[in-house]
Amino acid sequence: MTASITVEGLEVVFDRFRALKGVSLEVSEGESYGLVGESGSGKSTLLRAITGLAPVSAGTVTVNGKTLGKTRDKAFYREVQMVFQDPYGSLHPRQTVDRLLQEPLAIHGIADGEKRIERALDEVGLGKGFRFRYAHQLSGGQRQRVAIARALILEPSILLLDEPTSALDASVQAEVLNLLEEVRRRRKLTFLMVSHDLAIITHMCERLMVMQNGEAVETLTASQLIGHRVSEDYTRNLLRASEGFVRA
Amino acid sequence: MSDTLLEVDDLRVTFPTRTGLVQAVRGVSFSLGRERLGIVGESGSGKSQTGRAIMGVTPPQAEVSAKKLAFDGMDLLSMSPRERRALRGSRIAMILQDPKYSLDPVMTIGRQIVETLRTHEKVSKAEARERALAMLQAVQIRDPARVFDLYPHEVSGGMGQRAMIAMMLVTGPELMIADEPTSALDVTVQLDVLKILDKLVAERGMGLIFISHDLRLVSSFCDRVVVMYAGKIVEQIKASELRDAQHPYTRGLLNCMPRIGFERHPLPVLDRKPEWAA
Ligand SMILES: Nc1ncnc2c1ncn2[C@@H]1O[C@H](COP(=O)(O)OP(=O)(O)OP(=O)(O)O)[C@@H](O)[C@H]1O
Ligand SMILES: Nc1ncnc2c1ncn2[C@@H]1O[C@H](COP(=O)(O)OP(=O)(O)OP(=O)(O)O)[C@@H](O)[C@H]1O
Ligand SMILES: [Mg+2]
Ligand SMILES: [Mg+2]
Repeated sequence: MTASITVEGLEVVFDRFRALKGVSLEVSEGESYGLVGESGSGKSTLLRAITGLAPVSAGTVTVNGKTLGKTRDKAFYREVQMVFQDPYGSLHPRQTVDRLLQEPLAIHGIADGEKRIERALDEVGLGKGFRFRYAHQLSGGQRQRVAIARALILEPSILLLDEPTSALDASVQAEVLNLLEEVRRRRKLTFLMVSHDLAIITHMCERLMVMQNGEAVETLTASQLIGHRVSEDYTRNLLRASEGFVRA
Repeated sequence: MSDTLLEVDDLRVTFPTRTGLVQAVRGVSFSLGRERLGIVGESGSGKSQTGRAIMGVTPPQAEVSAKKLAFDGMDLLSMSPRERRALRGSRIAMILQDPKYSLDPVMTIGRQIVETLRTHEKVSKAEARERALAMLQAVQIRDPARVFDLYPHEVSGGMGQRAMIAMMLVTGPELMIADEPTSALDVTVQLDVLKILDKLVAERGMGLIFISHDLRLVSSFCDRVVVMYAGKIVEQIKASELRDAQHPYTRGLLNCMPRIGFERHPLPVLDRKPEWAA
């Protein structure tokens, strides 16, 4: 299997604070890879570093065989797209769905925009009626669908997903997770996905990395996690905490 | 102080819009003692607007009405805005759903907590700083001294959420409305935050309204659960009995969560029935 994303010894430093302390991981083509771990451990920073949005001080990022420098060119964004946690913050509320989808097409000078918009909206289960609605007129789940459609419109091979459903209720979450699985299968996408919900990670991913304090704690397959075959105490704590609240 | 902290009878919240009235909350009734009450329900079902109406932070264009809305025996709706403001922040506090928008972007995290504390209590700057740092520590923030001096855009999602919680807890409210307070936290920190809230209920007799879409958490943490759908309560149930819920909406919600070790692809989704909204 060829590697889709390879991260080696990645360091990110804000002022003097080391948010990532030499993190390495490899995601195969077509694989769905999960990141879990402590809040503030650097999961979002890792995704942002891949997209060129965090101050990398050491280490390398290789995407589809190409080792990246400091900046990302347009071609990069046709390969890699990101979906953020917050469907309220990531879409401009006063823009129509159509305008939100047109924007990346215009930036990349893509001609068959019309077809792509129709396909993307159709794929995320938003009918034609939604195309000229404003973002602020959509529910949280509908907005997240638009964000996914926007990420898909450039036909990337890799999606970086940062807590794509944590702002959604359980029923809408199920719909969005099903949608993500379906587009991944249909478009043969590679996923790198952050979630603090272990059940979501085992549902969506084949392998995962557990992070704490800017470092990798351990790397597991989903079935190792499901079977509690883990070696680190921190991972064990996460599993225990996933069972819910226990009153002392 | 009586045992009933909050009484809500026939609460309604209505928004005028260009296309007519939107009834966000349509006749919600419940009462709250010194306990943990969960509110669950799908997106747009009126959970946040219920909480905001109790807190007195409904958007100005909306209309709030109720047969009764009383906190500690006092009628909230007939109070002056000044009296209401005085209650807010001292005796009633709300952790808003979106910490990124509730924190002031141009003020450091630490200063926001210190100022909140100092508007409610006469404490020296040094003591306020001590207490703010202790509160950040209590919500399990690593290195509170560093985070104290960061601006909201410099902290992670979960750190912002905990800063907001610290800010609301620092004044020791009697009624806490927590709107999705732990949705951005990893599971171990989530439990730490719940332990803090739990302790305040058990030891100080705080009343807690816990709004969440995480039924697993609600069923393990709360005493009672109110299930909302389209602005109404469709079911009230003991949290320990949530697994045996009767309403098809509640059952559907429970069924569509992924569970570790139970593979289902695709996940079941809700088949919403128009009569649920009747
Ligand atoms: N612009 C910044 N300036 C200073 N520190 C930053 C900045 N951005 C991130 N950090 C720090 O980097 C660390 C990692 O943050 P990150 O957002 O990657 O965490 P995370 O694992 O995604 O957490 P969460 O689960 O809460 O979203 C945090 O301690 C945060 O304060
Ligand atoms: N400013 C507004 N103008 C018109 N309608 C509004 C406004 N704010 C909220 N609403 C409507 O009120 C209803 C209830 O919203 P509320 O925020 O209480 O939902 P919620 O149950 O908290 O959902 P979520 O789980 O997504 O947070 C929704 O249908 C929403 O569209
Ligand atoms: Mg994050
Ligand atoms: Mg809400």
